[in-house]
Amino acid sequence: MAYSEKVLDHFNNPRNVGTLNKDNKNVGTGLVGAPECGDVMRLQIEVDEETGVIREAKFKTFGCGSAIASSSLATEWLKGKTLDQAQGIDNMDIVEELALPPVKIHCSVLAEDAIKAAIKDYKTKNGLATE
Amino acid sequence: MEFQKLIYLDHNATTPTDKRVVDAMLPYFTERFGNAASRNHSFGWVAEEGVDYAREQVAKLLNADEREIIFTSGATESNNLAIKGVADMYKSKGNHIITATTEHKAVLDTCKALEKQGVEVTYLEVQRDGRIDLAQLEAAIRPSTILISIMFANNETGVIQDMRAIGDICEKHGILFMSDATQAVGKIPVDVEALGIHLLSFTAHKMYGPKGVGVLYVRRKNPRVKVTAQMDGGGHERGMRSGTLNVPAIVGLGKAAEIARLEMQDEMARLQKLRDKMEADLMQLEEVVLNGNKEHRMPHVTNLSFKHVEGEGLMMTFNQKVAVSSGSACTSASLEPSYVLKALGLGDDLAHSSLRLSLGRFTTEQEVADAVEAIKNGVNHMRSLSPIWEMYKEGVDLSKINWEAH
Repeated sequence: MAYSEKVLDHFNNPRNVGTLNKDNKNVGTGLVGAPECGDVMRLQIEVDEETGVIREAKFKTFGCGSAIASSSLATEWLKGKTLDQAQGIDNMDIVEELALPPVKIHCSVLAEDAIKAAIKDYKTKNGLATE
Repeated sequence: MEFQKLIYLDHNATTPTDKRVVDAMLPYFTERFGNAASRNHSFGWVAEEGVDYAREQVAKLLNADEREIIFTSGATESNNLAIKGVADMYKSKGNHIITATTEHKAVLDTCKALEKQGVEVTYLEVQRDGRIDLAQLEAAIRPSTILISIMFANNETGVIQDMRAIGDICEKHGILFMSDATQAVGKIPVDVEALGIHLLSFTAHKMYGPKGVGVLYVRRKNPRVKVTAQMDGGGHERGMRSGTLNVPAIVGLGKAAEIARLEMQDEMARLQKLRDKMEADLMQLEEVVLNGNKEHRMPHVTNLSFKHVEGEGLMMTFNQKVAVSSGSACTSASLEPSYVLKALGLGDDLAHSSLRLSLGRFTTEQEVADAVEAIKNGVNHMRSLSPIWEMYKEGVDLSKINWEAH
């Protein structure tokens, strides 16, 4: 099975790899997946408290090429978005953008879960209502 | 992609055909094209001579008699023919088969098919090192046991079973001993007489021969074994396997067997040295685990888990340079990691992190050195991306985390 150009690009040049201080109040962390399942994604957002806009996003992922590409893409998309806009990112958008084959759709689901978990963590920390 | 420059370390999947084998085969496609079953003209005789010589070479490699060699299309067919053929031929004696959970699918799925027809099958668990427990094997024997089928060497780990001891148990209880020896024949000594093996299967393409041809060895005396044919037809191969013989491929298999017999000792020593060096170099990385028995295994294979790195992602870092395989789920459509590694008691996480490296006849020292460098770089890169490697480094106990399985 060959990988799409976009998966290869994100895999070979992953964007926004790294770690934000999870103890900071304006950082939300989402850690999803499990080592037993073959993928773990950690996605972090740093939110501008004035505007509610995500100004920084970082990831680290244990997983296959598609999982790494999905999380790399997610960080690109998150930057500059409001929390509400970020909440609206759908896994199928990732599937489409990266041309993921059916067997790799779970990678995009995991990325969406990680985004939602990071937002939820930020909101919980800051006493904002979560859905 | 410059295909020729790729380093191939996946010889357990298949091997390149040796050029000497190809040279031996070529005349049998053109001027010696006859049907080996044509008894009345020289086209047939010439083809038959080619097959006879090949049969002799294969028999010599196994320390068997030529009349005990049945040519098939490959190891999958041989396994099917042996197990289904014995189950049918000996059904009046019993209906119980013993095998192991780490066998190849060609054995496991054949057994499952037989279970649907009322045959009872015991699947032995293996020990942590991949070998079966002989006491457990003996305890599983019933009065109705007709066949014990245990693979010679495992395709994923290279672990070699104690064939002599299993042969003794079979002899003691009067049970037929079958072995899928696909990974062993042509690479390490396989002596069916000395080991007490009654049926043995393998394929040419794992030993530098062509694809599409294999062998079932069926013992002729002490005891005389028979299997029920699984295909109806012209009664070729002593009635056990009908179908016009694939003469060029059989000639190639014969040549491959001849080369293997003559060069095996040197090749084993060379590959073991290369493998050991490669393994030692890779194990200089932190948190690398060797899977399977270190002593009783094929000389050209190593199976390693690089903790906190996922196998498919890892392979992607170097797949422009090196071809290997992984027990990671992501390499299969099922999303389940290797059942063989799981059977060794490895957690799923370690199975996901495994690479199988299998060297071959044409692997050079330089290639191994280049591959080691590429793999090491890949592991370091993937760890720099891995959240669980970061957590491990921070001293977090990963087993205590409540992972949200999806």
